[in-house]
Amino acid sequence: MLAADRDGSAERDTRVTQDDTTSASVPSRRRFLAAASAGGLGLLTRRARGETVDFRVSGGPSTRPMTTTYPEKGRMIVQRTRPPWLETPFDVFDRGVFTPNDQHFVSWHWATFPTHVDVDTFALRVHGLVERPLFLSLKDLMHDLPRFEIAAVSQCAGNSRLYANPRVAGAQWANGSMSNAVYTGVRLRDVLDRAGVKAGAGHVRFGGLDGPMLPDAPKFVKSLTVDHARDGEVMLAFAMNGEQLPMLNGFPLKLIVPGWSAVYWIKMLNDVEVMDKPDPSVWTTRSYRVPDTANHTVEPGQTGYDLIPITRNVPRAFVTNLRPGDTVPAGAPQPVRGIAFGGDSGVAVVDLSLDGGRTWRSTTLGRDEGTYSFRQWQTTVTLQGRGAHGLMARCTNTGGAVQPMRRVWNPGGYLTNQVETLDIRAA
Amino acid sequence: MFRHTRIALLAASLATFPAGLPAATATPLELHPKPEVDLPVGDDVGFPEGPGSDVIASNCTACHSADHTLNQPALSRDEWRKVVDKMIAAYKAPITSEDARTIVDYLDRVKGER
Repeated sequence: MLAADRDGSAERDTRVTQDDTTSASVPSRRRFLAAASAGGLGLLTRRARGETVDFRVSGGPSTRPMTTTYPEKGRMIVQRTRPPWLETPFDVFDRGVFTPNDQHFVSWHWATFPTHVDVDTFALRVHGLVERPLFLSLKDLMHDLPRFEIAAVSQCAGNSRLYANPRVAGAQWANGSMSNAVYTGVRLRDVLDRAGVKAGAGHVRFGGLDGPMLPDAPKFVKSLTVDHARDGEVMLAFAMNGEQLPMLNGFPLKLIVPGWSAVYWIKMLNDVEVMDKPDPSVWTTRSYRVPDTANHTVEPGQTGYDLIPITRNVPRAFVTNLRPGDTVPAGAPQPVRGIAFGGDSGVAVVDLSLDGGRTWRSTTLGRDEGTYSFRQWQTTVTLQGRGAHGLMARCTNTGGAVQPMRRVWNPGGYLTNQVETLDIRAA
Repeated sequence: MFRHTRIALLAASLATFPAGLPAATATPLELHPKPEVDLPVGDDVGFPEGPGSDVIASNCTACHSADHTLNQPALSRDEWRKVVDKMIAAYKAPITSEDARTIVDYLDRVKGER
């Protein structure tokens, strides 16, 4: 009864509309309250004359305002004003595998991150179980250590939570809390080796310039094992797509953990502490945890399973050139393309099904930009019968993991990656 | 023949795959001083007025704007209680038990399952 009525239906219609229901002036508070008391809570998320996006979900507000008012950011979907949760509009993903910096999604836990950072005085502190505690300036990082570059998808652990069925609390992201970029910086291994990790060290904890709002609240930190931190891929980036980072994406320095959830990608990184024990903070022991079950999936109300910290990304594929509800010509060749990523390994194949997953055909992959990057895929289909059709794209990664057909559901709304169905029509 | 096919395929793939951004930059990287950024915090809509709206506003908006809450799905009273408990226990929101009850009442009324 609580099971999903349609497996893998996360790719929904997302119509962008101009709100023409209000006059040119900002609505008065009285009018705003009238809308609220009339039960029109959906109206509360709209702004006068503002562009909105409708994700067409039930069980809560389905529209969100679009904005261009955030610094260094272009057109974004507002999921939360403060601290900002800004989602990448999905049409951006059809334009290329790399997400433009000004449309890279934004997510902060605390509202107290600085609005200005002095590039001359900023320092990265490396301390704890090290032979030589360090303060590294941006100049040190840019000129005294070997450069490293990698393409990687940053995806919020709660991407697509909006489509959970039943709905769950949390950031109500549609499919756009993910972005792909080429990062330039230095390997964390080189920084740690310069400091000299002492014997007995097991973990490295990372913190940024954002502090908690309230004195007793937990600072946002995450940690990795020393072995992972020294794997030669985990890096500190001072540039994204060849430009310095936007402030809201972590200027001037960001931890990049290729293949792992964006919760680990600490923004405005200024503190690296080598420790003997795992980080005991609530961000690992209470939040960002998933059931230790197949595809992290449980039934609503189920109890008696173990929870484990979220770590690796899982494979996903999306159609980007067609939207739900689109009509295509019947009996004519129709290009279908999209993006995929393998999660913690590369994209091996992307397959497409036109018959609900009974049979699959392979697609042509675009240029390989690296193991952790988005990869484009494309094919041409001919939809013979007039009427409704469902397109399913499915990624298999180079580690052999394949997107499940069964819906992924857990109480936190994390790590969704079931095969999605794009409902279109042929006419 | 083979060569022609391959060129045709390449042309087709170039025509279909969007170009996207260049993978890397050839110009040397420099970090430039950045002016202070201005965040549009005034864009928030605020909580709809009603019994308890002053209590939820004064307890919750120190850490997050009201749209965080208003964008949530409709939840049962028990689920809302768990959300408020998490804010207190995990994130140390200094909310008195009396205010917590008022907040849950408010959320159940404005954002409850019906």
